[in-house]
Amino acid sequence: MVESYRGKALNLLSKYGAEEGDELVVTLDVMELRGKLMPSYSEDESIIILKLENGYNVGISSEKIRGLRILHKRPIKQERTQPTNQKIGEVKIISTGGTIASKVEYETGAVRPALSTDEILQFVPEMKEVADVSAEVLFSILSEEMKPDYWVKIAEAVKKALDQGARGVVVAHGTDTMAYTAAALSFSLPKLSGPVVMVGSQRSSDRPSSDSAINLMSSIFLAKGSDFGEVVVNMHGESSDTYTLAHRGVRVRKMHTSRRDAFQSVNDLPLAKVWWNERKIEILQKDVRMREDNTEINTGFEDRVFLLKYWPGMRPEIIDHLISSGIRGIIVEGTGLGHTSREFAPYFKRATKEGIFVGMTSQCIFGRVNMNVYNTGRTLMEAGVMPLEDILSEIAIVKLMWILRRETDPTKVRQLMATNLRGEIGSRQTISTYPRWYHG
Amino acid sequence: MADPDLKEIGLMVGLEVHQQLNTRAKLFCGCPTTIQGGEGHKLQRYLRPSMSELGEVDTAALFEWSRGTRFTYIAPEGCSCLVEADEEPPHGLNREALDVGIAVSMALGSSIVDEIYTMRKIVIDGSNTTGFQRTALVSLGGRIIDEEGEVGILSITIEEDAARRLEEDRTFSLDRLGVPLIEISTAPDIHTPEQAERVAKRIGQLLRLTGKAKRGLGSIRQDLNISIRGGTKVEVKGVQELELIPKVVRNEAIRQMGLLEIRRELERRGVSEEMINFQSKGVDLSEALRESSNKLISAQLRQGGVVMGMKAPKFGGLLGKELGPNRRLGTELADYIRSFVGLGGLFHSDELPKYGITAEEVERVRKILTAEEEDGFVILVGKREKVENGLEVVKARLIQCLKGVPKETRGANDDGTTRFLRPQPGSARMYPETDVPPVRLSIVDMERARLLVPEEPEVKLKKLLKLGLNEELSRIMLNSIHLDLFEELVAKYHPKVPATLIATTMENTLKYIKSKGGDTSRITDEVIEEVMRAVFEDTVTKDSIPEILLEVAQSKLSVNEAIKKFSRLNEDEVTRIVRTAVEKLDNISDERRAFNIAMGNAMEVLRGKVDGKKVAEAVRREIEKRREKDKARG
Repeated sequence: MVESYRGKALNLLSKYGAEEGDELVVTLDVMELRGKLMPSYSEDESIIILKLENGYNVGISSEKIRGLRILHKRPIKQERTQPTNQKIGEVKIISTGGTIASKVEYETGAVRPALSTDEILQFVPEMKEVADVSAEVLFSILSEEMKPDYWVKIAEAVKKALDQGARGVVVAHGTDTMAYTAAALSFSLPKLSGPVVMVGSQRSSDRPSSDSAINLMSSIFLAKGSDFGEVVVNMHGESSDTYTLAHRGVRVRKMHTSRRDAFQSVNDLPLAKVWWNERKIEILQKDVRMREDNTEINTGFEDRVFLLKYWPGMRPEIIDHLISSGIRGIIVEGTGLGHTSREFAPYFKRATKEGIFVGMTSQCIFGRVNMNVYNTGRTLMEAGVMPLEDILSEIAIVKLMWILRRETDPTKVRQLMATNLRGEIGSRQTISTYPRWYHG
Repeated sequence: MADPDLKEIGLMVGLEVHQQLNTRAKLFCGCPTTIQGGEGHKLQRYLRPSMSELGEVDTAALFEWSRGTRFTYIAPEGCSCLVEADEEPPHGLNREALDVGIAVSMALGSSIVDEIYTMRKIVIDGSNTTGFQRTALVSLGGRIIDEEGEVGILSITIEEDAARRLEEDRTFSLDRLGVPLIEISTAPDIHTPEQAERVAKRIGQLLRLTGKAKRGLGSIRQDLNISIRGGTKVEVKGVQELELIPKVVRNEAIRQMGLLEIRRELERRGVSEEMINFQSKGVDLSEALRESSNKLISAQLRQGGVVMGMKAPKFGGLLGKELGPNRRLGTELADYIRSFVGLGGLFHSDELPKYGITAEEVERVRKILTAEEEDGFVILVGKREKVENGLEVVKARLIQCLKGVPKETRGANDDGTTRFLRPQPGSARMYPETDVPPVRLSIVDMERARLLVPEEPEVKLKKLLKLGLNEELSRIMLNSIHLDLFEELVAKYHPKVPATLIATTMENTLKYIKSKGGDTSRITDEVIEEVMRAVFEDTVTKDSIPEILLEVAQSKLSVNEAIKKFSRLNEDEVTRIVRTAVEKLDNISDERRAFNIAMGNAMEVLRGKVDGKKVAEAVRREIEKRREKDKARG
């Protein structure tokens, strides 16, 4: 069965009965080529891909192929069985997918998720020196496919692992939406008997330069060796492989598309710095919540919410559409100190009257909203828009989803949104919490 | 050592020529390809053999891994970006570089593939921040005609250059990483050392004729795959001087012959692997050599190191066997322990007593090691752990002597010998670079590339002759690394500045400057161009070119300052200076004498600033004027 080919190439290959993985000799006008038939990832349906004996892949147009001979059929692959690891180690790794928990098929270059516990443990054999580790593949999805239902499942798996005696839990996750999941876990797990360390990688683990081994090692070490009871995201602290930073799950944001140190704490210090090679943990935060005797779970999320980023020219009628679509809450990412055009005021008023929560954050990312400074701000507040201090908009939407599942009374929702539940709101920011950008 | 008939012993050589391309941007990002060095952010990284396939890590990768893998990278802002820092995925394959690859393929009759796939070739010696080199095969087959027979082309690839190794250990600059290279690999159809040089030259010339080849030290590198009958294909890396190729080939052939002779001799003496395994055991000699006047030994013992010895059963006389100029089996062993365990000192029985180790001490060592006359031994000095590991390495290498020539990657030394670098990787492990989309070549692509197909050397030669260069200069220019600059300048300034002048400036004047001790690296393309323009614009005379360039090469004058110094005087000034010189003459009765004296005096002031011919005219004119004046007066 030729799985990855279509069109002309498929016709040719079917005619000779060739399949991916077969050793072929292909006759062209001027030469013969010997190589292994690779799965196609070409956009041209006439191209067949051969891996030559020198290791190179080349694309040959099937129109130029005069003859084809199969030297060896591909070896039959043995289906892997999925061993389930019932044992609980000092640290439990819960794998949800993403680059960190995937491996490359060297033949095709295709990256596939790690399927078994053993495969995960094989990534970093040295992790055994740091802690007695067990692993569980919860699911294998790309982080952009993450959903609130999965957040619930992860929260439950974390609680189970801690209840079974793990000193700490490491959650392997794709990086794109890891900050959202970190916030969701933070709200879902009000009490923790050990650290929950989320980890991902920005360079896939098939590369010798991957950050996954160091991030994973560091996270296992942190999960075992520290005594906080919070959810953190632990990733490279700088481009060099020197240390990782554990960011509080409700303050962290992916700030770069590709760098290893993409994750940063915004409006706050990271919780800890981990010197993975020196095996040293530096706690950077003063008010850290410590391990509790037991783990409490309170999870579930309302998904009828909307995160609205304002831009000049945005039409306020969109709010009416949102109201009629049945949403229960809106987080506005306004400009500057927390503004939209004044035209929005009556629309927001209508929304809040309908019992819809409307909260204001800033698209500046850094700093606190303050809607008392300008008239517009005051007008919006009069319309029922609630300023949400220095919380990140992404964290605010997760928090709102969590609250709306527990409260229906708008006043109580407002109260909870105003309360600092897990460290997502800060009361003071110092001069050094804002990064200075390169300017030559 | 007698020079053997290398054809007789089945010499086979394949070439891999790597040429940097002078494209606007690097192969997978928008950085310029100028390798300018300089300071930058420092990155510290580790590389590890791929984790998911631990059972199958290849030997070269494991070798590097075992040596510790923390690397430091300097990232100069002007010529490296997040792609080189491995902090951003690669951009698409640079089409300008690919065009050169296609053009060269066309010139060599290679079959170009229909779709180009970029691959990752695992390299974890630190020279690539990613841990792999990105490389793409453009074509297969083709040939080069040589007087000793056709040499087949195996493949032509476009790949990224590695990071530049800096002096400090395991430290690299990212300036060179990602510069496009074209690699041409020949079949092992070369059978003499001279043919190897000729074919390398021919390939180099062909690449320069594309006009897209970079110039300067390190811009072209030759790797050689050398074997003799019964030997092993050994890879010799990094031969930069073409003239060194025949020497390297010959020395490597001789080395392999020597190793095969050693194997035969060991066979004759009945040495077996079991014998070496059983008899070659490390023994502590620290006490026995405590009083030794050997400096290395006494220094290491003072610092808490050890001296250990090991018997090499029935290797007597073989450790000192010559394997080339200043190379012995002992040297090979020393190379191995230096590379594998980073240990410096090795002494062997065939070179002792020497270096302050006395005959009496040698006897004592022999006794302790139970080494008879027919046995050899080695002594290692250093920290215990390193010495013990070093002895294991030596033992393994001795066992390899029973098999002949080990499969190695070697580095070329400046004297044409080679040294062990690392074991050769197994079949190069490559997997697709999925971040770079494949390139389907269209007819439009092929036609664009066709414009870059280098002309046949004979055609080019005719063109050079037509420009007025004589036969000899034409041939020099044809092989010159300056050919592309020459053509650029000819297009701009010929015929007012004759092509011959441009050629001699590049080929002869630069040699003259070097002979005068000038720093020719200061004579950049830009300097040559500025001077030619100055001649074109009549700012300076052509006679002053050598002086101007010498000024630039010797002093710290910029080219513009030097040009100013020699700038042409206007006619009035010339006339004024010549008139003064003529007026100073006491008499002009002897016209010839008067001319010579006036000319000499005028040229003292005017040399390099005005054409001699023009001065002579002015002198004649002024003498004539004075004659008339004298007549009028007289």
